[in-house]
Amino acid sequence: MQNTLIDFLNRLINLCHKEFMVILKDPANRVILIVPVILQSLLFGYAATFDLNNIPYAVLDQSHTESSRQLLARLDSTGVFHRVATLTSSSQIAHEIDVGHALVALHIPPDFERQLGSGAPAPLQVILDGRNSNTAGNASAQIRAIVANFNASLPGATAPALSVQTRAWFNPNLETRWNILPGLIASLSMMQVIMLSALSVAREREQGTFDQLLVTPYTPEMIMVGKAIPSIVVGLVQSSLIMLVVRFWFHVPMAGSILPLYSGLLMFTIAIVGLGLSISALAATMQQAMLYTFVLLMPLILLSGLATPVHNMPEAFQIATYANPLRFAIDLVRRVYLEGNSLATLWHDLLPFVCMAAITMPLAAWLFRHRLV
Amino acid sequence: MKLPFTKRPTATSWQAFWQRLISLIRKEFRQLLRDRSNLLIGIGLPIALILIFGYGLTLDVRNARLVVALEDGSPTAHDVIATINGSPYMSTTEVRSLGEARQQLIQHQVDGIVHIPNDFSARLANGQGVIQLILPGGDPIRSSAIQGYVEAAASLWLQQQNDLSGNKTRRAGVLVVDRMWFNAANTSTWFLVPGLIVLIMTLVGTFLTALVMAREWERGTLEALFVTPVHPVEVLLSKIVPYFCVGLLGLAMCVVAAKLLFAVPIQGSLILIVLASMIYMVVSLAIGLLISAFAKNQFLASQIAILASFMPAMMLSGFIFDLRNVPLLVRLAGYLLPATYFMELIKTLFLAGDQWTLLFKDCGILLLYAVALLGLARLVTRKRLD
Repeated sequence: MQNTLIDFLNRLINLCHKEFMVILKDPANRVILIVPVILQSLLFGYAATFDLNNIPYAVLDQSHTESSRQLLARLDSTGVFHRVATLTSSSQIAHEIDVGHALVALHIPPDFERQLGSGAPAPLQVILDGRNSNTAGNASAQIRAIVANFNASLPGATAPALSVQTRAWFNPNLETRWNILPGLIASLSMMQVIMLSALSVAREREQGTFDQLLVTPYTPEMIMVGKAIPSIVVGLVQSSLIMLVVRFWFHVPMAGSILPLYSGLLMFTIAIVGLGLSISALAATMQQAMLYTFVLLMPLILLSGLATPVHNMPEAFQIATYANPLRFAIDLVRRVYLEGNSLATLWHDLLPFVCMAAITMPLAAWLFRHRLV
Repeated sequence: MKLPFTKRPTATSWQAFWQRLISLIRKEFRQLLRDRSNLLIGIGLPIALILIFGYGLTLDVRNARLVVALEDGSPTAHDVIATINGSPYMSTTEVRSLGEARQQLIQHQVDGIVHIPNDFSARLANGQGVIQLILPGGDPIRSSAIQGYVEAAASLWLQQQNDLSGNKTRRAGVLVVDRMWFNAANTSTWFLVPGLIVLIMTLVGTFLTALVMAREWERGTLEALFVTPVHPVEVLLSKIVPYFCVGLLGLAMCVVAAKLLFAVPIQGSLILIVLASMIYMVVSLAIGLLISAFAKNQFLASQIAILASFMPAMMLSGFIFDLRNVPLLVRLAGYLLPATYFMELIKTLFLAGDQWTLLFKDCGILLLYAVALLGLARLVTRKRLD
């Protein structure tokens, strides 16, 4: 009994060893598994933000008064607004906006100060480049906030009788980077792990070595485990690398602990590898395996809530995301990393991984024998 | 397939060139159509992307669920909540204690807590009313928007109160009147769907081409073609043409979907959109050919194509994330990408119309890329033959 177990483990180790060799023997492969993850997490860490911190603006100040200068000085002092053009006629506004030179054009009418003094509302016209309506909306909100401050500083201004005090948990400045970076821990590694596992069987089928493997004393289950373990290890290593970048390069504070994070990531990676192996067992060639994987990857990433919140989606799409393991993985990483949740409160994120692994792993093993190339 | 080979640039050699090219293209089309997984990427995936981006993804925050921790049961407090509820973007449920509300927020059942403290109406009477809004920072995109909505609702309520009481308290000041050009509907769909054209062309041009060509290198079928009388240029051209057509098909689907399904305005001329797309398609194909020639291995080629071309086109080209927000170094990386210029161009052509300055600049840059990259691809292909 004990011997068979040792025998089993020995064989498994041999198989894993062989699979690791296949993945790592090519130096180009080693590079492609390590460098891009780090590079991407750095690059996307900087790029993937909705926080607008550079607003080039053009101004047409027809008022030329103390108040208009004060208002503009407030804009300039934020460090966010940068004046790129001082216009002299309203016909110039269109050009500045059209060529994308300025994101915002401010028009201060001639009677600005007179209106302000008379107690009537003094209009400040703001023209926004809506080619990215999200950026434009953000810029508009910032201008409104500055104008509200300006108004409060006017003589005779009273504080509004009702104010809203906002407090944001886990992310006091509501930085979007803090939301997207933890999401990358799950998604960037998934992209390569699923590809890796999808190719593992397809490669052997294409080269004809899979039949040889099938006639060895290995059971399909063992072959599957042997194929799965290396991919899982690669995935966890990649996740760890990204996490190091998020924690120590971008300094996103980590509220949770390592154990729930890794338990979640491990189960997620197992589910993903199961999915990859099933694709691999179905595909006749490496190219098919890659194409199927890619076609699957796109919706998985887009509908995961990585860049656009799941709750923004229409109801039908939100329901569709329940079939997406990445959605739960990103949710889990955010809950643990940002919010410090413990394993006990995460079962609803873990359950989909268990279900997925329970379906895909046996399916892959079954397909190994039953699919005729 | 054996055709007479001649080096003299005579009329017959041109004729032979076309003959060879056409039969090669026919072969490539057959090869492309035979493998269903190619069609899946070239046609199936674009359709899925159009539907996902058009219907599914949006940056516009709607249906925010707020829980109200109502500790003050006064009619005034109820009135404020009614105003918040009146917003088309928010709906509220009520609980009696803050603890209960916190629990709901921790479990992500709601998008935020509106806390109305028990001294709310008393303080409001003194002109110091405070509503507390607690938001989950884990979702800053929604949280920022909800903060804006609640603040707007609060000032709306205040204004209504002033109007009702005939209160003439002078609340003068600057009034922001903003107008958003090019996106009257203020919806992210209007810029996501045109931007999708860039993604689809990158997908077909770079990813699919790199993958298919890498397989030919891997299997040596390309060398087999080279030993026939066919010239390497003809081989390259014949490989490019079918994918070029698939890319244009993707463009056509995007334009039709934008127009019919999502009512995105097309302000610019269609001819310019097609022309600009054709230039970018050539750039994208050239990148795909280059990647395959360097990698010569399917796994490597597909990884490089995704990492060096597709992902940057999605993340660094200004598609979703505005390049204005990023540090200089990353912005420069964005400006190295041909996709960035095509993105700017296609969004402008759809939403702003024919802006000639921008058009000449971006088309010029794309043309330079096309010429340089095609030349490079040609060079690499010949080298491999020697």
